[in-house]
Amino acid sequence: MALLDYAGALNLALREEMSRDPRVYVIGEDIVLGVPFGVTKGLIEEFGPERVRNAPISEAAIVGSALGAALTGMRPVVDMHFADFVTCAMDEVANQIAKSRYMFGGQVDCPLVLRMPYGIGKSAGGHHSNSVESWFLNIPGLKIAIPSTPRDARGLLKTAIRDPDPVMVFEHRGLYRVVGEVPDDEELIPLGCADVKRPGEDVTVIATARMVHAALEAADLLAQEGISAEVVDPRSLVPLDRETLAASVAKTHRIVIAEEGPIRGGAGAWLAWVVMEECFDDLDAPIARVAGPNVPIPFSPPLEAACTPDAEAVVAACRQVLK
Amino acid sequence: MTDTARPDQLLEMYTAMVRIRRFEERVRELYANGRIPGFIHLSIGQEAVAVGVCAALRRDDYLLSTHRGHGHLIAKGGSLRALMAELYGKATGCCKGKGGSMHVADASVGFLGANGVLTAGCVLAPGVGLSIQLRKTDQVAVAIFGDGAANRGPFHEGVNLAALWRAPVVFVCENNWWASTTAHAVSTAGGSIAARAAGYGIPGVALDGNDGLAVFKACSDAVARARRGEGPSLIEAQTIRWMGHYEGDPQLYRGKEEAVEGRRRDPVALLRDYLEGKKLLDAAHVELIETAVRAEIEDAVAFAEASPLPDSRAALEDLFAYYPWRE
Repeated sequence: MALLDYAGALNLALREEMSRDPRVYVIGEDIVLGVPFGVTKGLIEEFGPERVRNAPISEAAIVGSALGAALTGMRPVVDMHFADFVTCAMDEVANQIAKSRYMFGGQVDCPLVLRMPYGIGKSAGGHHSNSVESWFLNIPGLKIAIPSTPRDARGLLKTAIRDPDPVMVFEHRGLYRVVGEVPDDEELIPLGCADVKRPGEDVTVIATARMVHAALEAADLLAQEGISAEVVDPRSLVPLDRETLAASVAKTHRIVIAEEGPIRGGAGAWLAWVVMEECFDDLDAPIARVAGPNVPIPFSPPLEAACTPDAEAVVAACRQVLK
Repeated sequence: MTDTARPDQLLEMYTAMVRIRRFEERVRELYANGRIPGFIHLSIGQEAVAVGVCAALRRDDYLLSTHRGHGHLIAKGGSLRALMAELYGKATGCCKGKGGSMHVADASVGFLGANGVLTAGCVLAPGVGLSIQLRKTDQVAVAIFGDGAANRGPFHEGVNLAALWRAPVVFVCENNWWASTTAHAVSTAGGSIAARAAGYGIPGVALDGNDGLAVFKACSDAVARARRGEGPSLIEAQTIRWMGHYEGDPQLYRGKEEAVEGRRRDPVALLRDYLEGKKLLDAAHVELIETAVRAEIEDAVAFAEASPLPDSRAALEDLFAYYPWRE
């Protein structure tokens, strides 16, 4: 095991996959220097400018060109810089990438990865802070991975790069400097394979990315009150590991679903419906959701904090379902 | 008209134009008779662009098309049967009935899709070009788009990126002077789309898009330049849309004189007259071509008519290459 931060683990995944497969190239704004998050740092020395491509600030062309390359035999990995900017390439993602295979009757594959640095933190303001994964949940044709730890980040990104379909990998900005153990040997973590980050008996918290860490902190706080919380990380939203979620609910009978984005139309609503469909009879209390309020992310630190779901919010939700 | 093509190429081009013209006319009829669902955008009058461009391409070159793409697919060598069956929404269509007129595709001839979103091909094309560069082949990618599409941001992003990368791409603007129902003059600043190439440091040429040989010559030059690794070019082929934006369009926004001008500059007749003047074609040969083309089209119609509609379960297939999970 090596200790790596989340950014370093993603960097390792890129280096491993670029070494393994000459069809893989990375493209995005400022990726040669690897600013601002360091994920692509150093790739240029190892793989050269043909495969580590700084692009102009042209999101539609960056994402659209990745599709063109993927349809004709390459395996591009796009760095979206900030996930918020995907709006400038929304047609390319929603209408072109997601639909090409289906609309062409399965004639073509579309093996590409969109790396989506996202999420709230450090007063980045309304255009650099959004949790946009839920937008894409509503677009058939996209797979969605959302790692919470360095180990998962590396294993999921590697799988995403080898996947024959388009995969969006949502990387929470606030996790890039989080350090964790990463196996020395190559590890691929399949999509659709949830991970129980902490076993418990009394309540299940389903959480993604940064909210996994908030949930683990909440579980520590709840343990002091004698409440045993289980934390389940789906790790990918599409495909979704229904079985692991259902098994946890069958054990605890109470469930909290935590995400960072606005509560209205959030991924948690879909997860809640899946839990109802899978195991409604196992539930002993209504499902509680922890999410952000329905406002843009404000700038000033106290305002931003007011819009950031945290461990306390998870604790409160757990108490509510345990009443 | 002047030509740079061989006699056999010239006859093939003429045949391809007739094939597109008769195909579109037949589609018009079938649509009016309720045999084809959805929207239909016909390219009658614009055949010289499709044929001139594709005559300059190899089968393994790529073409990215528009919502008005039947002619482009036919010119690139796509199957008439699979195309007609797709328009019918049949299981045997080139997209198994999942695409329809605006999304026909045939990867086997490098035709990477008609497209329901204007300009989409302009941003895919630099990526196809990059793929060609990285795979070290000498293929070329062509993006055809309308004059309306040249006013969308992705046009500029795509041309800029292709120029930066010196990608083997040819941008072909099929300018029929109408962005749906909005005229070129009131939607396009600067007047010339070809002139926009200068801003990106690439060659830009405007030409008579009803002259198939002029399109062929310009596209051949651009393709040769792309294959030499000298980067992209922009061709503005000016043509005339005979029909409405879509079938059923009452065309209240334009006068009859354009239709008259379109027929006076009929690209099929122009090439036929030229070839007759060169003694490469005579009335009997023209009739033979007509007969053969009509037979091909009737075969495609019969195929489409006889083909089964898709099983409703197929609606949930083809989304992913690998998806063993339950939704």
